[in-house]
Amino acid sequence: MVLRYTKDHEWVNAEGDVATIGITAYAADQLGDVVYVELPEVGQKVAKGDATATVESVKAASDVYAPVSGEVVEVNSELGDTPQRVNEAPESAGWFMKLRLSKPAELDALMDDETYRDFTDSL
Amino acid sequence: MLNRDDRPTRPEPATRRRETFTGNRALQLEEPLLFEVGRTDVTGVDIDVPEHAGDRLGRHRRKAPIGLPALSEPEALRHYVRLSQKNYAIDSGLYPLGSCTMKHNPRLNEAAARLPGFADLHPLAPQATVQGALELIHELGRWLIEITGMHSVAMSPKAGAHGELCGMMAIKAAVRARGEDRTIVLVPESAHGTNPATAALLGFTVVAVPAREDGTVAAAEVRRLAGEHEGRIAAIMLTNPNTCGLFEPEVCEIAAAVHAAGGYFYCDGANLNAILGKVKPGALGVDAMHINLHKTFSTPHGGGGPGAGPVVLSEALAPHAPLPAILRGTDGGYRLVEHAEDEAALAPFGRMTAFHGQMGMFVRAYAWMLSHGADGMRQAAEDAVLNANYVRAGVQDLMSVPYPAHPAMHEALFDDGFLDGTGVTTLDFAKAMIDEGFHPMTVYFPLVVHGAMLVEPTESESRASLDVFVATLRDLAMAAKRGQTERFKDAPRFAPRRRLDETRAARQPVLKWSPPEPIEDAAE
Repeated sequence: MVLRYTKDHEWVNAEGDVATIGITAYAADQLGDVVYVELPEVGQKVAKGDATATVESVKAASDVYAPVSGEVVEVNSELGDTPQRVNEAPESAGWFMKLRLSKPAELDALMDDETYRDFTDSL
Repeated sequence: MLNRDDRPTRPEPATRRRETFTGNRALQLEEPLLFEVGRTDVTGVDIDVPEHAGDRLGRHRRKAPIGLPALSEPEALRHYVRLSQKNYAIDSGLYPLGSCTMKHNPRLNEAAARLPGFADLHPLAPQATVQGALELIHELGRWLIEITGMHSVAMSPKAGAHGELCGMMAIKAAVRARGEDRTIVLVPESAHGTNPATAALLGFTVVAVPAREDGTVAAAEVRRLAGEHEGRIAAIMLTNPNTCGLFEPEVCEIAAAVHAAGGYFYCDGANLNAILGKVKPGALGVDAMHINLHKTFSTPHGGGGPGAGPVVLSEALAPHAPLPAILRGTDGGYRLVEHAEDEAALAPFGRMTAFHGQMGMFVRAYAWMLSHGADGMRQAAEDAVLNANYVRAGVQDLMSVPYPAHPAMHEALFDDGFLDGTGVTTLDFAKAMIDEGFHPMTVYFPLVVHGAMLVEPTESESRASLDVFVATLRDLAMAAKRGQTERFKDAPRFAPRRRLDETRAARQPVLKWSPPEPIEDAAE
């Protein structure tokens, strides 16, 4: 599993033409205890940069932006009842949605693990 | 059960160790819920069944007991009085809640608002019988127009966010009247959350304007966004002074850029108290601005409300103001215009309220204006700014100021940089302030600053009061740096209840009371 990252602290794991998307451990830690997650509808088409989901913590509500363009094929409905998954396992069980990629080349613009770590260290 | 910070998730009374037999602490009485005080199998009052009253309920008669607790009058009265004694208010002490402007509510205002000629009016009373009340609303509106340098005013909105909605609806009506369809509203990152919420509620798309390094908005960035979204900008919603407590130095340029792009300038007037009598927002190019009478003009809020949020409008937006309008006739009488067809010059977008606004708040705000005068109101703003800077100067060697380049306006902003490595968070710091007898400052807002603490002392505080407050902040900051984490992690230690678990309250809200299960002793 190779994760790629955005400056807005989303991660992407592309397998074939489907990408799993969530928020990074750094983002989850900064948000604090997550209490609510609003997910898109399956079938919704999103463009890179669209506010696609909302994550709400005890501190703030934040948009989650689509790191790549595509169509929502699955959402992690488990987060409805157990938003704490986002804190417990942000980069695995706390995933948000899966997109069928419409522009796979967009993946190339995302950061790799090391670049993202350097980026968060600089914040 | 423990939460992320290893705290128990069930709040426990601060008196858990039972320092007294009763659980009370001197005359601070431990207060159970109303449902725990009263029993359902008794009656608190004993009223005879009327002799000749027939039962007309028929099949609607309740079949099972409703389960409400029965209390006598003294029991019910004591319950609410005890709860009110646990409340903390501006009448009890310093209330430095940033952006909320918790200033003193003068008793003179209360005396005026209780005059029967104002307090006992019915909103449907014939206009000829309420000329004094209409005159007061009209005069208050005239003062608001004069103070802000604007063209007209809509008095009816009932709170800040309601006023925002009113101003943005006027903008939407004006855009529509021009035959245009503009869908974008620019909102700086440091805005009050109600700004983007208002724009979104009206169907606009919100585009965020990033904050500069120094915490202010760059006119160049606004121009760039206006170019990028050419012909689609309906308005910018800008707070000035902004929520970092800074006066926007390029506000006039920003207004010009938005006007050049065909948009309107909505100014969030929540912080008008900082510039009252010093700056006329109309001169900055503002098209619409709400005024929180319950902040700037000293009327009560935070449980003591209601609020009131009149909106001042520029000439361009004035025709679209909501009804009702109060007009002064040539005979000196006042007329309440309730219908658009009664006044040809008006093109109102509709109404914001069923009646005419918060009369009680109008009287209080007007009393405050009259008792202060123009010079007194200016001094109130100056003292509010002075007090905020006094606090900032008093602690800036120990706490971190994110934007030191500009002087503070009416509120002093700190970030959590000074807590780095101490294990103490902004929330812990705020809770420790409760133990010290202060209402905490606003925390984690504005969002552009990490671990923000926003302190607004207002002009109400004396220098002596500020000195105690500053000394407390210094003591706490030094305690955090010395590693006295228990002072923070356990806070509040002396409040009627210990720290509540906000996470669990949000994840698993309990919205209905149910009888507690009997507590069983642990095994053996």
